[in-house]
Amino acid sequence: MDWSKHKIFETNSILMLIGILIVVSIGGIVEIAPLFWLSSTIEKVQGMRPYTPLELRGRDIYVREGCYLCHSQMIRSLRDEVERYGHYSLAAESMYDHPFQWGSKRTGPDLARVGGKYSDEWHTLHLKNPRAVVPESVMPGYSFLARTPVEAETIGDNLTALRVVGDPYTDEMIMQASADLKAQVDPDSDGAESLLKRYPKAQVRQFDGNPEFISEMDALVAYLQMLGTLVDFTSFDASGPNLR
Amino acid sequence: MKTTTSKIAWNAFSDAMALAGSVIGIIVGLVFAIGGRDEVIVFHGWLFVAVSTIVCLFLLARTLEDDGQPGDTGYFDGPVRVATLATMFWGIIGFLVGDLIAWQLAFPVLNFDLPWTSFGRLRPVHTSAVIFAFGGNALIATSLYVVQRTCRARLAGRWSPWFLVWGYQLFIVLAASGYVLGVTQSKEYAEPEWYVDIWLTLVWVIYLLVFLGTLAKRKEPHIYVANWFFLSFIVTVAMLHIVNNAAMPVSFLGAKSYGAFSGVQDAMTQWWYGHNAVGFFLTAGFLGMMYYFVPKRAERPVYSYRLSIVHFWSLIFLYIWAGPHHLHYTALPDWAQTLGMTFSIMLWMPSWGGMINGLMTLSGAWDKLRTDPVIRMMIVSVAFYGMSTFEGPLMAIKAVNSLSHYTDWTIGHVHSGALGWVGFVSFGAVYCMVPWLWGRKGLYSMKLVEWHFWVSTLGILLYITSMWVSGILQGLMWRAYDSLGFLEYSFVETVEAMHPFYFIRAVGGLMFLTGALLMAWNIWRTIRGDVPENLTDQPRIAAAPELRESPAAASPVAAE
Repeated sequence: MDWSKHKIFETNSILMLIGILIVVSIGGIVEIAPLFWLSSTIEKVQGMRPYTPLELRGRDIYVREGCYLCHSQMIRSLRDEVERYGHYSLAAESMYDHPFQWGSKRTGPDLARVGGKYSDEWHTLHLKNPRAVVPESVMPGYSFLARTPVEAETIGDNLTALRVVGDPYTDEMIMQASADLKAQVDPDSDGAESLLKRYPKAQVRQFDGNPEFISEMDALVAYLQMLGTLVDFTSFDASGPNLR
Repeated sequence: MKTTTSKIAWNAFSDAMALAGSVIGIIVGLVFAIGGRDEVIVFHGWLFVAVSTIVCLFLLARTLEDDGQPGDTGYFDGPVRVATLATMFWGIIGFLVGDLIAWQLAFPVLNFDLPWTSFGRLRPVHTSAVIFAFGGNALIATSLYVVQRTCRARLAGRWSPWFLVWGYQLFIVLAASGYVLGVTQSKEYAEPEWYVDIWLTLVWVIYLLVFLGTLAKRKEPHIYVANWFFLSFIVTVAMLHIVNNAAMPVSFLGAKSYGAFSGVQDAMTQWWYGHNAVGFFLTAGFLGMMYYFVPKRAERPVYSYRLSIVHFWSLIFLYIWAGPHHLHYTALPDWAQTLGMTFSIMLWMPSWGGMINGLMTLSGAWDKLRTDPVIRMMIVSVAFYGMSTFEGPLMAIKAVNSLSHYTDWTIGHVHSGALGWVGFVSFGAVYCMVPWLWGRKGLYSMKLVEWHFWVSTLGILLYITSMWVSGILQGLMWRAYDSLGFLEYSFVETVEAMHPFYFIRAVGGLMFLTGALLMAWNIWRTIRGDVPENLTDQPRIAAAPELRESPAAASPVAAE
């Protein structure tokens, strides 16, 4: 082999630059581009819907506090994980997650299907002081969430931004976003009914037990309580009929 | 004469451009400071205004007292000195925050239950501070130092290198203060929000132009191998950064944004980015460092020219594919996982090619390992590189990954690379560069370097061994079944079992931090010009080039 040919690159910085660019582009193109077209990664599964305004606020808080650094939201297709956490996670279940929250470390347990496993009261107590309910826990306490009112008026802007990146929020959802956020902690209101029409399976109740104001605790618990609850796995069949 | 005139005109043009840039900075900062929709962006707006104003006033004052004569000859080392000091400064901040969060995992009361001090907000401060602030400044300092020496050319640009160095520090401050105040994209190692990303893009483009401009001015016919690695690092990081950070801001006057991709596509894009932040930021860039400082310090040529060609092109080609090994058994399609695993295993070969090229450069000079702690630090770092790049492909195998993923084994693996490889090779390079840059006859104290080496090496060993044990233990406990076929341990039992190892890890981290503090003290005394304690023990090469001609005298002499 004639090694002196490498001189072409070594004596021309622009050729070297172009060479590098070509070489480093190939892997990404092959691995990422098909994911936007393959049926297994863009399939839609019955039950999936975008987040309600309150859940979205809760999710923003989950992101802000860096919960994903210790909690995954991705149940792998391994026997012990399925037994511990529930059905393995489907691609479609994170289709409205900008960005995804699969995580990379389980200092705490997986949360992909934590919705409905504990009561609202347990979540509120646990978030305020984790060691009050789980003595061995190493989680930080988040008592300030219960004291901080959630920002309700501007949530429509968040929905608009999410629509730009592909989430199917309608004009009506965006228009009603702020009202929907408030209605989700007020089960007896008229708003609660139309919220449920727009967002099936949304859970409507007072989450943090404090009716005085809508707190960040309400939002975060509403988010945690809906995780993994949208797809009905009693009737789910991975081979097809549930896909729409 | 003609060249002098055109030089003066060119300098005046550069000054005007720099001044215009600082005024634009003030205006943009004011828009965010006054119109900002949340507290963080208002704070960042004012910060931007403050920095731009200082730059503007500095430039004006300088123009007034300038005699118009171009004095810019020789190497342009001011920005290199600043980046070297920033490496030390951010390194200590990054190690300190890292050790704090390690103690938080052992003793959760240390989170203080305040928003700004919880693990979730401080962990990105630690990772960004060590990767981008410590590692990034080390890369900027060494690449700007190396490219000038190996091209025998002054850095391109009059203000651009300064913009690069100070603009990068501003990026770090914006990112870190944002995390503490709750502004994050939640993409690991790409946490800064959209406006900070745009700022970094600008800084990075200038970095590429400065680097390419210097290569273009070179008086050497060939581009030296270290610069291939630096160039691939700069260009690939630009590509990764731009694609992975594509996002839609909720408001162009607010901090919050939503990523352009979602779910499985986002996961793949993120780990394509994330693994190549390792591959190009923490590997290719630092290999560039190795290819200059190891042969220079050992005064031996690089072991094999052919090996460097083969391992350069294969390394950068293969690394890009390795991302999916972060997503084994997830909702990512199986073929992508298998590709990621396969390429990760292939990556072992070029990685060890680099290790062999680094280690074998010491052929015929192995005694220096005993006599020169600076070269020992760099060689041990290459050994750690070899170990982590063997462990990495192992963990990328799906069967192994099913155990190791989500556990501390990953944390241990990352730290054998980060503390052992990235940390030690940077320490070695800084120990080399400081006397060279500040014109000293040697380091203040070789004994302190010895102490730094041993304290930190023991710290790393405590760190990675405790994380191996805790990671493998936790992985095994998660999948343990009792005789009746039920899962044997509840999750919290596995958390409880981690406690002693979290304690040992935090002690290891503290030792590593202690080593870095010894280094900072040593560097400070060297720069101050204190009489070196044991000049006779230092190799000829430790002195600045201009002081190297007469071999070190028998008795210590004050450095001028």
